[in-house]
Order: sequence, then structure tokens, then C-alpha cells
Amino acid sequence: MQDKHVLSVFVVNHPGVLSRVSGLFSRRGFNINSLSVGETEDPEFSRITIVVEGDNYALEQITRQLAKLFDVKRVTQFKPDASVCRELLLIKVKSAPEHRSLIIEAANIFRAKTVDLGADSIIIELTGESSKIDAFIDLMRPYGILEIARTGLTALERGSKSIKNHNIDG
Amino acid sequence: MQKTGAQIVIECLLEQKVDTIFGFPGGSILNIYDALYHNRDKIRHIITAHEQGAAHAADGYARATGRTGVVIATSGPGATNLVTGIATAYMDSSPIVAITCNVTLALLGRDSFQEVDIAGITMPITKHNYIVKDVNAIAGVIREAFAIARSGRPGPVLVDITKDITAAVADYTPAKQFPEFPMPHVSEKAVAKALEMLGESKRPLIYAGGGIVSSGASEELICFASKLHSPVACSLLGLGGFPADDPLFTGMIGMHGTVASARAANECDLLIAIGTRFSDRVAGNRKKFAQKAKILHIDIDAAEIDKNVLSHHHIIGDAKQILSALIRGMPEYRHDEWLAQIDEWKQKHPLPSGKGGAGEVHPSYVLEQLYRLTGGDAIITTDVGQHQMWTAQYWKFQKPRTFITSGGLGTMGFGLGASIGAKVGCPDKKVVCISGDGSFHMNMGELTTAVMHDIPVVDIIMDNRVLGMVRQWQRLFYNKRFSCTTLDRKTDYVKLAEAFGATGFRIAKKSDVVPVLEKALACSGPVVVDCVISPDENVLPMIPPGASIDEIIHEICE
Repeated sequence: MQDKHVLSVFVVNHPGVLSRVSGLFSRRGFNINSLSVGETEDPEFSRITIVVEGDNYALEQITRQLAKLFDVKRVTQFKPDASVCRELLLIKVKSAPEHRSLIIEAANIFRAKTVDLGADSIIIELTGESSKIDAFIDLMRPYGILEIARTGLTALERGSKSIKNHNIDG
Repeated sequence: MQKTGAQIVIECLLEQKVDTIFGFPGGSILNIYDALYHNRDKIRHIITAHEQGAAHAADGYARATGRTGVVIATSGPGATNLVTGIATAYMDSSPIVAITCNVTLALLGRDSFQEVDIAGITMPITKHNYIVKDVNAIAGVIREAFAIARSGRPGPVLVDITKDITAAVADYTPAKQFPEFPMPHVSEKAVAKALEMLGESKRPLIYAGGGIVSSGASEELICFASKLHSPVACSLLGLGGFPADDPLFTGMIGMHGTVASARAANECDLLIAIGTRFSDRVAGNRKKFAQKAKILHIDIDAAEIDKNVLSHHHIIGDAKQILSALIRGMPEYRHDEWLAQIDEWKQKHPLPSGKGGAGEVHPSYVLEQLYRLTGGDAIITTDVGQHQMWTAQYWKFQKPRTFITSGGLGTMGFGLGASIGAKVGCPDKKVVCISGDGSFHMNMGELTTAVMHDIPVVDIIMDNRVLGMVRQWQRLFYNKRFSCTTLDRKTDYVKLAEAFGATGFRIAKKSDVVPVLEKALACSGPVVVDCVISPDENVLPMIPPGASIDEIIHEICE
């Protein structure tokens, strides 16, 4: 079964770490669905959130292979019901005068923000789970999508524990 | 204490008690060679003919001694020439530290002369690597590099330093403490469950790999096998980890392993894999390998668990510690019936002794005589191909670190460099490289290294004038279309040896074997022995790639 899994990878904030991590995926033949990276509360570390597609075998293998990298300090598999997952979308849509209010109305219903308004285009910003983002994109399609930028998923576990006190393959 | 980056590199090598390094100088690494010049009484530098030979020598040194091997090279081609050597060490978990220098920081990233991103290139073939751009970071990085190389599952680490940093000055403080990466904690629960599995088994088989050798767990393995009353099969890299003359030994396991090992794996009810990774050259058809058995996998690398073959239970940690814990917790078992069965297989399927004519030299005869003449007390290195498999099959390895071969990567041209490293590391040992004419030609330039540094290694070329192993596959799987494997090179190995300043001998017929080997072993300098064998010898038995024991080949019709 090709399920999607969310891996949160706590790494040393060094140049080259990202290519070590992404290179591992390609050479071991595992697929990255999305990847996002940024500094953590401690500037010495970054968090890489990776959405992986694969069966349990692939998930276990890639977790253990990641954990072997010297710059990787923790790898955690996030469970969907115990974590908060979000993605950011920027979408530029054609906005003919007769469509503009319809687009803005749809954006409001999705709690998206209109961040730029031009004579014949509009940029909307939306945060949410990937399914919500997909739904909004579908909704915009009839108006004519000019450009899309998605960040890929980022995630945190619910509750007070942090990735620093997880076991490497927990 | 103020020192240049290059001096700090040397100080850090001395901290690690490094007394020998292998390498080749060049523009970017000049500062380190200058610092080396001032320390030439403390560190012996072996210059090779080619950086690849230096990397193999560092690897051979590491495998023979158990200490970390060191190789240094300049930027660009110097660094890329190390790549095969580093990959070889990586695949076989051999601890080496490679130090390269790159162009200056100001020139980096501009496709400057002899610039290459060696850290990027070696990322997938090192345990870890560094590019150092700050003189203050050098000492910490080198100390960490050594700690990483030898910790856990050992492997190569590369440190690339920009040239300007080797000239820059920083404060150097001798280390009081070194970084250390402790062994993983062995779970008592996992050991307890394993002990239960041992108790339930009627037909156990121990499948031991290179982890036994790198962990130094041979004594424990002998004790464990005897207490469990279990047969022991070794992977190629496991050879020497268990004495070949022990009655419990079934021989090598895998594509060219013994029938007894293959049958035992097929019929056992518990396979205890220790420090090994179920390589495709052992497991063949992963789904059919040891299919009647429960699999207990013991390894220090958690990523090896369930990677190639699914296990029923595993213990992560150092083989020596885990075996000691198992020995403490287990009673003495007897499996007489099972061992009688194993003995029957061993007797029924001995290794073939060659079909050649009366005067023809079969490699097994050469190896047997060499074993007799050295009393088996030698370090054997090999290149890759038929001669390598014959050596693995016929040489009775008794002790760990006496067999040095490129298993995982299968690097032709490995043997001569590795034998030089092994001899430098173990000067009191006889070191013999068993080679093939194909492999020998790849890195034969290292003969000059052995001569120049007076490193008396014996290189025996199993000379069949063809690329024997590839040819064997062509014979079996390509309907004898011997595409590009019939070399028929005109090299005169005796003259070649002499031209390099070494001694050369030739074995042309069976009666030459003993007198020539005696002379070769008595030589005080490097020797090349051209041993002429038939181009049509095969390595048998053979389980074809991806196949199971049901498809084992005992004989190949011409």
C-alpha cells in the first residue's frame, strides 16, 4: 500500500545537510512527496518535514537510513491524528471584472487572504492541510490559474513533548 | 600554541597515533606536505603511483591492523582518484580517513584549476564528510572524523580543506578529550527473546559476516557456536572470523559458497545472522533464502535490519557484547543429528579440484601448496574475479584480519594496493596478493610503490589471459559469446616485474608450483609470480544471481 507518511527530521543546521537528506532518498529509491525546511527554536538545528510515499518497509528503511546520517539528530514519524500538518499556498488567478467578487468570496469561505490585487489578476494566500489546499486549487481552476507556489507540508506534534525527547526511530 | 592549518592537521594525526599515511602530493595540498616534511621522523608517508592505490593501501592497512587508515590527496583529480578506494572501504565497512585539500576559498565554486566538489561527490560513499573553510575548525573536525570512522559500523570519512586554510594560523591546543560515539546499548529484553529462540531451535545455523572481524568477536563466536552446537557459515568478508578447520565450519556461504552452507541455510530452522547484511551475493533469491528458518539478525547498524531479508527478531549492538551476553545466558545444547546431516553434505559435495590435464596447474593446487609452505600464517589479499573466489574457497582462513578482499564493491585492482597497506601495517607477517591478469593490469603501477618503499609483498597472478569471471557468465548466460573478455595480452610478467625493480617468476606447469613458490616466499623484496592457468576453469559450485539453491550449478559443460 502506498501510504503517505510525515517524517519530521531534526538536523544540524549546516550547509549541505539538505543535500545529504534529499540525496539519500533518491539513491535509495524512495519518493519524496514534499519537503520543507527551516530553522528551529534553536538556531543550531533545522527541522526538515518530509512527506514520503511508500509502504511500511520503505518507511522503516528510510527512517533508519536517515538516522544513520551524522547530521541527523532525530527522526520522528508523525501520526496524522496526533499532529498538526499545514501547508502554505500562494495562487495567482485571472480575475476578469465579473469574476473578482466570486473569487474573493470563495477565498473568504476558505479563510484565505487576498494579498495582491491587479487589474486582471489576484494573488491569494491560503494555509491548511493539503486536502484543503487541493480543494481550493480545484475551485480556482475555472477562473484560470496563472501560477501556483506551494511550500510543502510542515508539521508539529500535538501536546507538550518536543522532537528533542524522542527516540531516533520513535 | 600558534600553528598553521597544515601543522594542525599533522598534530591531529599524531594525536590519533598515526605513524603511516598513504598519499600523493599536488598543488592544493602543498602546505600539508610541507608540514609533513618537518615531521618526517614521526609520520611515514608512502607515496603511491596513483591515488587509487593509496586509498586501497589505507584500506588494506585498516583491515589488517584494525586501526584507522589515512590517505591524503590533492584537489581535483587527486581527490577523484580516491573515489573508487573510498567506495570500496564504504561497502566493506573499513575505517579510513581521507584528507584532501581544495582550491582556496576565493577560488572555490569558480571551476578553478583542479577544483572539484569532492565532498559532494563522496557524499553517498562516506559515513560522513566535511569541507573545512575555517582554520579554527580543523582540529575539531579531524578528531571527529577519526571518531566517526572507527565508531559503530566503521567506514570512511573524508575531510576536504581549502588551501588557504592550511596556511592560515590558529591557536592549537592538544586534545585532552576526544569525541566518542559509544556503542549502542544492548537491550536485555532482545537478548532474552533471542535466548528463547536458541532454546527452541533444533537445526540452528550461524551466518557470520565481516562484523565479527571488525568487532573482534572471533573468540566469542567460537565459544557461542560450540555452546549452541551449531554449524557456522561465513560470508566472504566473514572468512577468518571463524577458524576454517573447526569441525563446525561449513565454509563460505553465497553464490560460490559450499553446498553444505547452502543446504544448511535452506534446511535450518533458525538462522543467526551476525554482523552481516544478507547481500544479494549471499541471499540470491531473497524470498527463498532460509525460508524454513526463523531469522535472528544481530548487527550494529539498525538500518541493516529487515533491509534485504525480513527477520523475526533482531538485536542491535556490538557483536562481541551481544555474543558474550548470549553465551552467559545459554545452556550447552547438542544438535548431533543436524550436525551429522551437515557432515554428510560436506563429504558428499567437496569443492571441485579441477579437471585440467596432468601437467596443468589448477588454482586450488597453487593455493594448497602456498598454504602448506606458509603454514597458513599469512595475510592474503585479492583482486576481484575467479581468483578471488578460488582463494575464498580453498584457503583455510583461521584468524581474523588475514583475508583482505573487496567484497561489496568488487573492485578489480584492489589487491596490490591493499597488500602494500597490509604489509606496512603488519611488517612481521607474510603478505600475499592473489590476483588475476585482468585485475593486475588495472593498478599494476603500484608495483613501483612496493619496490620504492621496500615493501616485500608477493603478488601471484592467476594468469588465464581472459577476464575469467565475466567469461564464465558469458559461457553460462550468453551462449559462449565471449564479448571482449579474451585478452591475450602479450605482457611478460617476469620482465615487467624486473623492469619495475621487483623479482619475477613463472609457473608454467604443475611441477613448477612448489619450487617457484618456495623461491618467491624466500625473496626479501617484492615478487611477482606469473601463474599460467587454463582460460576455461570455472568457479564452482555456483548459484546463479537471484536464484536459490534449487538452481545450483555443479558442473559446466564446455
